[in-house]
Amino acid sequence: MESKLIVSSSPHIRSNQTVKSIMRDVVIALVPATLYSVYIFRMNALLTILLAIITAVATEAVIQKIRKKPITISDWSAVITGLLLAFNLPASVPWWIPVIGAIFAIAIVKHAFGGLGQNFMNPALAARAFLVASWPVEMTSWISPGVDAVSTATPLTLWGDKMQPSIMDLFIGNVGGSLGETSALLLIIGGIYLLYRGVIKITIPGMYIGTFAILTFIFSGFDFTFTLYSLVSGGLMLGAIYMATDYVSSPVNTKGQLIFAFGCGLITFVIRTYGGMAEGVSFSILLMNVATPIIERYTTPKIFGGAK
Amino acid sequence: MGLLTFRGGIHPPHGKKYSEKKAIEKAEEPKIVKIPLSQHIGAPCKPIVEKGDFVKVGQKIGEPLAFVSAPVHSSVSGVVKAVKSEKIAGGMGNCVVIESDGKFEISEEVSSKGTVETLSGKEILAIIKDAGIVGMGGAGFPTHVKLSPPPDKKIDLLILNGAECEPYLTADHRLMLERADDIVYGLKALMKVLDVKKGYIGIENNKPDAIKVMTEAAKGENIVIQPLKTKYPQGAEKQLINAISGREVPSGGLPMEAGAVVNNVATAYAIADAIKTGMPLIKRICTVTGSAIKEPKNLEILVGTDLTEIVNQCGGFKEEPGKILLGGPMMGRATSSIDVPSTKTTSGILAFNRKEAIIEEPSLCIKCGKCVEVCPINLLPVYISANAENGNFEKAEKLNAMDCIECGSCSFVCPSKRRLLEGIRLTKNRIRSKKQK
Repeated sequence: MESKLIVSSSPHIRSNQTVKSIMRDVVIALVPATLYSVYIFRMNALLTILLAIITAVATEAVIQKIRKKPITISDWSAVITGLLLAFNLPASVPWWIPVIGAIFAIAIVKHAFGGLGQNFMNPALAARAFLVASWPVEMTSWISPGVDAVSTATPLTLWGDKMQPSIMDLFIGNVGGSLGETSALLLIIGGIYLLYRGVIKITIPGMYIGTFAILTFIFSGFDFTFTLYSLVSGGLMLGAIYMATDYVSSPVNTKGQLIFAFGCGLITFVIRTYGGMAEGVSFSILLMNVATPIIERYTTPKIFGGAK
Repeated sequence: MGLLTFRGGIHPPHGKKYSEKKAIEKAEEPKIVKIPLSQHIGAPCKPIVEKGDFVKVGQKIGEPLAFVSAPVHSSVSGVVKAVKSEKIAGGMGNCVVIESDGKFEISEEVSSKGTVETLSGKEILAIIKDAGIVGMGGAGFPTHVKLSPPPDKKIDLLILNGAECEPYLTADHRLMLERADDIVYGLKALMKVLDVKKGYIGIENNKPDAIKVMTEAAKGENIVIQPLKTKYPQGAEKQLINAISGREVPSGGLPMEAGAVVNNVATAYAIADAIKTGMPLIKRICTVTGSAIKEPKNLEILVGTDLTEIVNQCGGFKEEPGKILLGGPMMGRATSSIDVPSTKTTSGILAFNRKEAIIEEPSLCIKCGKCVEVCPINLLPVYISANAENGNFEKAEKLNAMDCIECGSCSFVCPSKRRLLEGIRLTKNRIRSKKQK
């Protein structure tokens, strides 16, 4: 009997949290916003989401099969990439946009660099950038909510216009825009769930949104309404809560995370205020993703008992 | 008083409900004891008895040959059957095998030399050294060495560790509840040795009853019972010092470099026993627990008792054990068999069933940073371990691998179930062996 005893080195217990449980929690957090996008953008949204997810998962399976690696699609990570990609697309995109985007995200951004844990950029955001650069017209044709969806502009370009939506509409999500970014409320609810489950910490979203809010407030001449409008419109909540918090492409230590998130907030503000594009969230996160290794190098924590 | 703590750490499941309400029981007297000659950090003892000798309880049977060492004594009276290499936990080791005559005749060497009031600090230190007292929290570092700092190191902070942050273990908890006065007595003796005016006893706040009883026992003394936040590794020496005083033991240094000395409450109890009765360290409290143990208990066992006998006194196994640990689940050592003798540092016997014994296979790192967040030393376990796995030990060393206290918080928290501590240990071993060359 005794020879059957397992002998291994300490520690002998492990927490319940697994990669799978973390990824599943992220999907759960995104469910309300997903359902809402289908409610406001109807079949367009449903089709885009399904195509992005199915393509992402299938691409991962095929690549792992070719590389003769264990197939890990059950860890939900490809599902998240597909879903987040769809969230970053206008609901009216042609069917091949989510397909090409998902293939690019999984094949090039994730697996070409070594697969899970090795991508230096957020795959969904990198794919979005690739799509915007390649098909700018399709990627910026927004439609307004409802059954008879008509073309509209993203709220970010409507400030000061008579068509400007109310802040309440923006907060709830009754506006045009990318598929998953419209409802700040539901994205925040999902974020609170992730905080509660210990999947994310407040560090990155707090610093990102805080930096952006303070800069916008000061440079808009202390215009509180405009600041609030900026906070709840565009992809800020989606980016700050779900994309900038991507483990792999953000720093591992708190100080690094603060600098990373500050950079995200600063660049988002600069692009939105002075840049040629209406939206700056995805590019600011991608830029800070690339800066992550150097941030980590200069923010190695002082060890306990180490020289001050 | 507010709760004190340190930075980092984890909240593992307590697992203490199995045994925390079980009063200490004396284990049945063993017929044969096998007393290892090395039960401490430092040089093994030289045996001073031979086959055929008659020995009594408390008689010295192993003499230390170096300063960092501690004598061992007989825990029974009877005839020495052999002095030979025997199976002990973690391998083979020289043991004195004694067959008990069942009479427990006490040696003439055992007698009280005074009280904490009448004895001088030097005399108490000599008693501690002769009684073979070692750190009973698990490491087994000879206590007299800790109490002999070089003259340039002034000690002004003396802490008794009653945190018992290891899940499952309740031996210290029960000791504090049932023998609080002797713990206070032991602390007073330590204060006299180190000439420290004020003593602290740190206890995690998941043991409110122990905090209450100890506070009562310390009434009128210059002793502070300090409640601590329940968080692992609260009882790690450096973290405990930090929680109570805010001091940081310098990297690579001993607590004395921060002017501090930490001893376990069980060690203080052993010191009180040695002063009051003259009895050296020949017994200890051990928690026998876990899902595979029929009737978990806190047993007072004589050093050298076969662990199989101990488990049998707890009703044996309720189901087939998958893993048996000596100590707690975070830092305890897995043993391949339990027909080995108990020692001065056997704080627990923890038997997991087969399901609990299996640790999931590691998957790819997702760089979540949780290991960084929990590391009480502020290390980057993710990168030390990754460098070690790639054979890049120099880089791993530069990331301060040597400062790791091996608490295992990183491996515990890792969602990818990566064996981070194994990588860090590997690095430490490589660095040590390189330095010896």
